[in-house]
Parts: sequence; C-alpha cells; structure tokens
Amino acid sequence: MAVPRFWREIPNRYNLVGARCGNCNKILFPPRSICPFCRRMGKLEPYRLKRKGKVFSYTVVHVAAEGFEDQVPYVLAIIELEDGPSLTAQITDCNPDEVKIGDEVEMVFRRMGEESQDGVIYYGFKGRLIKP
Amino acid sequence: MRDVAVIGVGLTKFGELWDVSFRELMMEAGARAIENSGIDGKQIGAMYVGNMSSGQFIRQEHISSIVADHAGLVPIPSTRVEGACASGGLALRQAIIDVGSGLHDIVVAAGIEKMTDVLAGVATGALATAADQEWEVFVGATFPGLYALMARRHMYEFGTTEEQMAAVAVKNHRNACFNTCAQYQMEITVDDVMKSPPVTLPLKLLDCSPITDGAACAILASAEKARKLTDTPVLVAGTGQASDAISLHSRTSLTSLQATIEAARKAYKMAGVKPDDIDLAEVHDCFTIAEIMAIEDLEFCKKGEGGKVTEQGETAIGGRIPVNTSGGLKGKGHPVGATGIAQVVEIVQQLRGEAGKRQVDGAEIGLAHNVGGSGGTAVVHVLRRGD
Ligand SMILES: [Zn+2]
Repeated sequence: MAVPRFWREIPNRYNLVGARCGNCNKILFPPRSICPFCRRMGKLEPYRLKRKGKVFSYTVVHVAAEGFEDQVPYVLAIIELEDGPSLTAQITDCNPDEVKIGDEVEMVFRRMGEESQDGVIYYGFKGRLIKP
Repeated sequence: MRDVAVIGVGLTKFGELWDVSFRELMMEAGARAIENSGIDGKQIGAMYVGNMSSGQFIRQEHISSIVADHAGLVPIPSTRVEGACASGGLALRQAIIDVGSGLHDIVVAAGIEKMTDVLAGVATGALATAADQEWEVFVGATFPGLYALMARRHMYEFGTTEEQMAAVAVKNHRNACFNTCAQYQMEITVDDVMKSPPVTLPLKLLDCSPITDGAACAILASAEKARKLTDTPVLVAGTGQASDAISLHSRTSLTSLQATIEAARKAYKMAGVKPDDIDLAEVHDCFTIAEIMAIEDLEFCKKGEGGKVTEQGETAIGGRIPVNTSGGLKGKGHPVGATGIAQVVEIVQQLRGEAGKRQVDGAEIGLAHNVGGSGGTAVVHVLRRGD
C-alpha cells in the first residue's frame, strides 16, 4: 500500500477510531463520510471504539495474502465489537486450532505484515483471545 | 421496455491458453456468436464488453476500443463494463437495456479475461482487489479467505459439512466432462476434495475455481427482429441487479448474499415466474460454499439446506433443479469478466436443446446468477424459450 494512502488512515488504524452519528446514534466502523442510515441528516463525529469483541467467523489461512507469507498459517476473523460494528482482523498469539466462533477477544496493536517495498512497516489491530 | 431476445452465442475453449492472446480470444468468441446468430456484422449497433481487470492482467486499459477495432466494427459505440467477477453479467444487462430502450436493434454483449499472462500469485492478488483493500486485504484477507469466513459461519449456523461442499465440486466436475469448452474434463471424488491441500480452511484447493483464460459472446436483438432472424430465439424474461457493502464485515449476514436475494427478487418479478418454475440454473460457484448459498438465496431450497440437497443429487443433471450443467466456474473455469456471459451461453444452448450429453430434458426457463467480489454486486437473468 502506498505511504500516503496508509498515512491518511493512521488515526483510524492506530486508535481504532470509527464514527458515531449524532442523529441516529449508530456507531460506524470502518469510518465513513456519510451515515448510511440518515444520509444528509446524519452528523458524524469521531468515536473511539472499545477494544473488546467476539469471533463471529474465522478461517485458517494457509495460502497467504501478498506480504503475509511469513505468517502462515494465520487466523483471519470477523470480530463483532462490543460497540456494535464488526471488523476483519487476524487472531494473534494463538494456536490456529483453538479459535472458535463466540470466543471473546481483545484488540491489540501489532505489526501487520512484512516490510513493504517502500521500507515501511505497517501496524494495525489484531484480536487476541481472552482466556477465562 | 420492449422485449429483448438472444439470437446467437459463442464461447472459446476455457483454460490456461498460453498460445492465445487477449485479442485472439475475444475475436474467436465474437466470430462464433455472429456465425451462430446468422446476422452480418454490419447490422450491429453497439457493444458492451465485460472485463474485470485487463489493466492488472495484461497492462492494457481501454479495451473497448481494441475489441471494436479488431472486430472490424468501428465506429459503433463500444463500452467496457466492470463489476469484478460480475462484469460479464453487467455487460449483458447493459446490452439488454440498450436494445430494450429502442436505441439499437442488435447489440453485442461480450466478456473476456486473459489471466495467465501473469504469474499465479499476481493473478490472485489482482482478484483480491475485488475486496476492500483498506479494511480486508490490508489485514491479510485473501479472496478465498472471505468465502471461507462465510463457509465457517454457514457450518456453524446450519450444520453444513465439508463433505457437502465437496459434493458441489464433484457434481460440477462431472458436468464439465460433457463440455468440450471446459477447463477440467475430469471427474473427482469427495475424497479427492477432502484430501486436497488447504487454501484457507475450511476451503481446500478443490473447493476453489481456477485461474482461467476465456471469452464469451452473446448477440441480442429486439424480440420482433429476433423472430425474423431465427426460429429459436431465447427471450430475456427478467433482469435484476443489486449492490451491497464491499466488505463482509459491513453486511447484515455472512450466510446469505443480500445482493443475490434482491437481484433475484427483481428478476423473478419482471419475468413473472417463481423459483419453482426454473428448469435449470447457472450459478456463481467461485467456491463450493458459494453455490450452496446461491441455491438457497435463489430459493431453490430452504435456507440452510443447500448442502443437503446438493449431497442428495437434487442439483445434478436429472435432479429436481439442475445447477451448473456447464460445469460451473469450478469445472468449466472462471475467466472472471467472461463468466457472466458464458453462463448465458449455457442457458441458451440448453433452452434450444443443443446441450448434447448435458441436456436438461424439456428445459423451458433458465436462470443465470453472477456475483461480483464477495457479494458487493449480483446480477440475475431469467431466460425463456421464445418459439
Ligand atoms: Zn445516522
């Protein structure tokens, strides 16, 4: 990913900031410019999401996406955040066989992939299982 | 809108065609369709070409001009249509709207993808651009990975099994054996699928459609003109298209494609038919789970029973509702931009009774279902015999 393209999203990626609509109170992530429910009536403001959620679905990736070759097998999941929205993220620090739908996770800050061609290392959030 | 009919279809061989160029592929499908329709090229008023990503696959944009030029059809208007893997279906729909509006009497709907001029890894990366680059691919999502997330949730909610998914691949490979244009004319077993290498579990290599070169073409005409030109016109009874969020995590469900449900509702309504009336369907089986979800969303069976009815043979040729008689994306191959048109080629051949060993007896009404990306776009067409 080109550096300016990544840099623009840094506040959202590094702080897990989405948007909250002042009109319908819905919390949106990833962030958007327009509330899809209220459209022109919407009033979006930044909203920092709580870093907890549950695994809604998952897959164990054996054939990696470009830049993720050194991480296989890795677990990719859709995580339903406590605040409502869902996001796609890896589940880190786990044995791929132990992840189940419904598992509780906390979102942690991690390196995303290998160093890019531009020499930049990208960071973002991954889920980590909360063990009872 | 006035009635529109398909009067000719053409398909190239699908496969890894290293000795054939993009231009040659497109001309081969086009020439076959023109010959099949019996018209003269001079009668064509416009063309729409479905293509996902010639920019990434052959570093060439603006292919609409190339196709018109090489076909000897300049200066007619030529337009490229893009909606990821639904590009072909969308091109068909634009051609239908063009003829239906009365703008032109005869219009070409084509589709093409030349995918093997780049290495397999590059092709996979190109396909991943149909997903959300910012919030899916950035965190390590692959295209099969997104369908694997749907598969896992489907298994969780409905008890769908990996063996049931494998049954989709087994059936489609069997059908492909009777299609000389298909990439894979070989039978496989459930065991072969289960033992194939893991791609993104629960999906394994034989759950996935391949990387394919191919082109397809259909000639459309007003129904009035079609009846003068051919004894076997196939009428476009209904067309429906719908959109959804590009990323899975922004959708309301992981086990249905809302875009499919909505596009089908519109197409059924326009055609004045019910799911029960459909005699055969070509559905978008880019992964085995995708066919299971499609037959549910198109209401060929109850939600959650797609795996079961597949395993019981209801979607096989000779079954209650034959699905992917051509071999589907899995057996016939999936040159993404060509797929939506290739599906309609199969439906037309079936409705004309020209499908040989794949023929569904007495087929009167057929359906084609084409999906873009992981479900951000869907387009459904209902076709019926017009004689
Ligand atoms: Zn709102």
